[in-house]
This record gives sequence, structure tokens and C-alpha cells, in this order.
Amino acid sequence: MSEDLHAAVAAGVFGAEENHRALLQSVVEVARALFRAKASSIFLLDEQADELVFEAVAGEGADELIGKRFPSSTGIAGWVLVTRQPLVIEDVAADARFGREAAESTGYVPKGLMAVPLLHDERALGVLEVLDRPTDTRFTLKEMDLLSAFANQAAISLDLLQRARRAHAALADDGDAALLARVAAKLEQRGEDDDDTGSRDAALQLLRALEQLL
Amino acid sequence: MSEDAVPQEPPEELPAWSLPADAVERIRLETAWPERVTRDWAWGGSTGAGIRVCILDSGVEPGHPDVGPVDNAVAISIAGDEVNVEVDTEGDLCGHGTACAGIVRSLAPECEIHSVRVLGAGYTGSGGILLAGLRWAIDQGYDVVNMSLSTTKQKFASMLHELADDAYFRRTILVASAHNMPVESYPWKFSSVISVGSHELDDPLTFFYNPSPPVEFFARGYELDVAWVGGGRLRCTGNSFATPHIAGIVALILAKHPELTPFQLKSVLHLTATNVGGES
Repeated sequence: MSEDLHAAVAAGVFGAEENHRALLQSVVEVARALFRAKASSIFLLDEQADELVFEAVAGEGADELIGKRFPSSTGIAGWVLVTRQPLVIEDVAADARFGREAAESTGYVPKGLMAVPLLHDERALGVLEVLDRPTDTRFTLKEMDLLSAFANQAAISLDLLQRARRAHAALADDGDAALLARVAAKLEQRGEDDDDTGSRDAALQLLRALEQLL
Repeated sequence: MSEDAVPQEPPEELPAWSLPADAVERIRLETAWPERVTRDWAWGGSTGAGIRVCILDSGVEPGHPDVGPVDNAVAISIAGDEVNVEVDTEGDLCGHGTACAGIVRSLAPECEIHSVRVLGAGYTGSGGILLAGLRWAIDQGYDVVNMSLSTTKQKFASMLHELADDAYFRRTILVASAHNMPVESYPWKFSSVISVGSHELDDPLTFFYNPSPPVEFFARGYELDVAWVGGGRLRCTGNSFATPHIAGIVALILAKHPELTPFQLKSVLHLTATNVGGES
């Protein structure tokens, strides 16, 4: 609870939802550019439903798949998520069943894909996929390390934003966290308004007294 | 108590915590180590016959031409506090377990393949199922357990560590995929398991000892054609495919030298590594 409380206070001064969407889109755009790939997509784990959710795509692929849900531990993305192991598969189209699975999860049948788990601390947040690297250069293990390093950076940002997102959800209810976050937001607002520093100082004094009391 | 009721020596089955002078002969090693341990000595002529290799993964597709016979297949599930081990009729839910089994089979054509499915029941609870599956596999006394998977959950680390040590002392070799991601994950980092990363060469018997652990060995894990579900094959890359190469080589060595302990076996792997003394 205390973690949520901290996050809720932070969220009072932090617009999370738009940033979350923008970050996801940025991750797939950069991943696609980094590997000169035809497409990149990201799946996030919905822990409550125990499902992977298709969240963003760059390049080829179908935007209408956004929001589509997949089993959290079967198929390629599920295996990568649960085992925490990156995987590179080529000649995908050679296998009809796999091609179908890939098409259902990306909107088109790629020739090859790289899939890497998004891990932060203990948590597995989701799976990042890079589809169809250029065929004129040979794939190397160094690229796999690069993808892992990029996925690590993406996971750190995602973790931060997901905390803020959860906190926003907490703001919507009438709990203690929501109250504290509203107070934090109002204080921040007063701080930005030069004419109102007096009431801000008074409020801060009151909060310090409250802290001592508690 | 009469004097002859007191045993002069502990019975053989008791673990030896110390070594009296008159007991030295009792621990004489069965293996005559050659002056130089070569690959020919280690596994020359071996087919892996008699060795039971467990694939702890997503299941193994029965009847895949690259896998051949699967001696036993079970699925692990947990309901409440109860661990259920049932005959697995679903085959492989991803393709990966089949790929690992195919690689082991290609190296050790006459070994037994046993599938223990610990994946497929959802992400939530997967750590507990992995733990239960590994415990069950160790209880079966498998010679080799291929673990191309890991967990990042801290709460499982100490239990996995205990299980890995238990396996080590019961002579079950755990071969686990190393992680190339900057997070703490288990069990590959435990010294009682054999951890494996990938190299980029083509030869399935080329493997390297890493003088800068925690990754101990690098095996073939790059652009290889592996068995996949539906009787087909896919070209894949990843540490998870390097791991069954070492598992297969371990099966070959154990079939020829069943008396080796995990410590001795790791020494043989070191001495026969491509960059140590093992010509391909």
C-alpha cells in the first residue's frame, strides 16, 4: 500500500495515461528503426487477467489488433514472457501453424522475428518483438545483445509509467491515496501561481504539523 | 551394551562426513582417469543409451521425426496447495520443448527423452509450477534435466537454490540457459548447475569453457534448424537452444561413465571444451 501511496502522490503532478501510450509507441518506433525492421510490436502483461495485450505496433501490422488479448504462457510471446528467454526465429513462413500464429498476433506473416522479454527487477512486464530485419545483413548474436539492452531501457521506463498509471487508477476512487494525491496536485498548482504563495506556505506548515502529529 | 554390538565402521549407506585412515580404500574411485582426458575417452562410441534426459519446458510433440520416442510426458499443475502431475496429452504448447528434445536426440540418439511440462497454464503461478516440476524431476532421479528457462521472482530463488543443490548431491545434472539480460534470474547462476550461453559457430560439438563465469559454457545456439510443432522445423537462435547441446553431450558422457558425479562431469566438460583440450 505504501508504494501505491507514494506513487499516488507522484501521480498528482504527473500526467500518466498519455505518456504511457506515447512511450509504448516510441519503444516500437525506435526498435523498428534500430534494426531497420519492417515492423515492431509490444505486448504487455495484464496481471489481473493473466493475459498478454497487444499494445502498440510500428510499421507493417494492423492497428486494429491493438487491445487484442493472448494467452500469457503459450505461443512465442507467452514462452518468452514466462521463461524470460529471448528468442530469434527465421523462416517463419515455412511452418504453417507458426505462420498462422504470427499472423494472428501481428496482422501479417513475417519471415522472421526477434522476441525479447521486458524485465524490470523481479517483474516480467511484457514482450517486445522485432519483425523482419533486412535480409542483406547477417543476423548476429551482438544484435541480440543490443535488443536485450534496448528492452532493458524500455522496461525501466515502462515500469515507472505503469506505477503512475496504477496511481491514476487509485486517484479515481475515494481512498486515502486519492486524497493525498489531490493535496499534492493542489500544492503543485499553487506553487506555479506566484500570487498564491501565501496560501501554499500556510498549507505546507499545516502538513508539517500533521506529519509531526502522525 | 556388549562390545560387538558397537559397529566398527558406519554402514556403507551412511554419508561419510570424515575419512578415517582405514577407510581410504573404500572411496577408491571407479574411474581410471587417463593421463589426458580426451573427447574420445569422454564420449567416444557413446549413443547416450540408458541415460534419462528430462526436458522441463512447454511439452514435447509426440512422434516428431526429429525427436523420436518420448518415454514419458507429464504436465505439472497446482490447485491450491496441491501439486498435480498428470499424463500430458496436449503435446507441445509452443514448440520450444520439441526443439530442445530434437537437439538432445541429434547428439544422443539412444537416450531416453522425458517431457515435464511446466509452461502453458498462464503467467501467474508459473514460478510455483516450475519449482514443483523441477522437484518432481529430481525425485524421478533423471540423469539430466534441460532447463531452457529461468525465473526472476526473488521468492523462488532460495527454494530453487536448495533444489539445485539437492540435484547436485543426488547426481542429477541440471543444465540451465544463461540470461543475457541485466536482471537477476535463476537457476542458471547457481554453481551447482551447468549454465550455458551461445556461440555463433556451426558445429554442434563445439563448446567453450568461459574463464569469466557466471556463464560457464558456450554452445551452439545460433541459426540452427530445430524441430518445431506440426512435425516441421524452424531456424532459431537463442541460449535456450545452446542449453540442450550441452545436455546432449552430458548424456553421451554419462552413458559411457555413469559413475561420474556432477563435480567430475563438469571437470570432464572443462577438459574437453574446444578452447581447453577438446579437439572437435
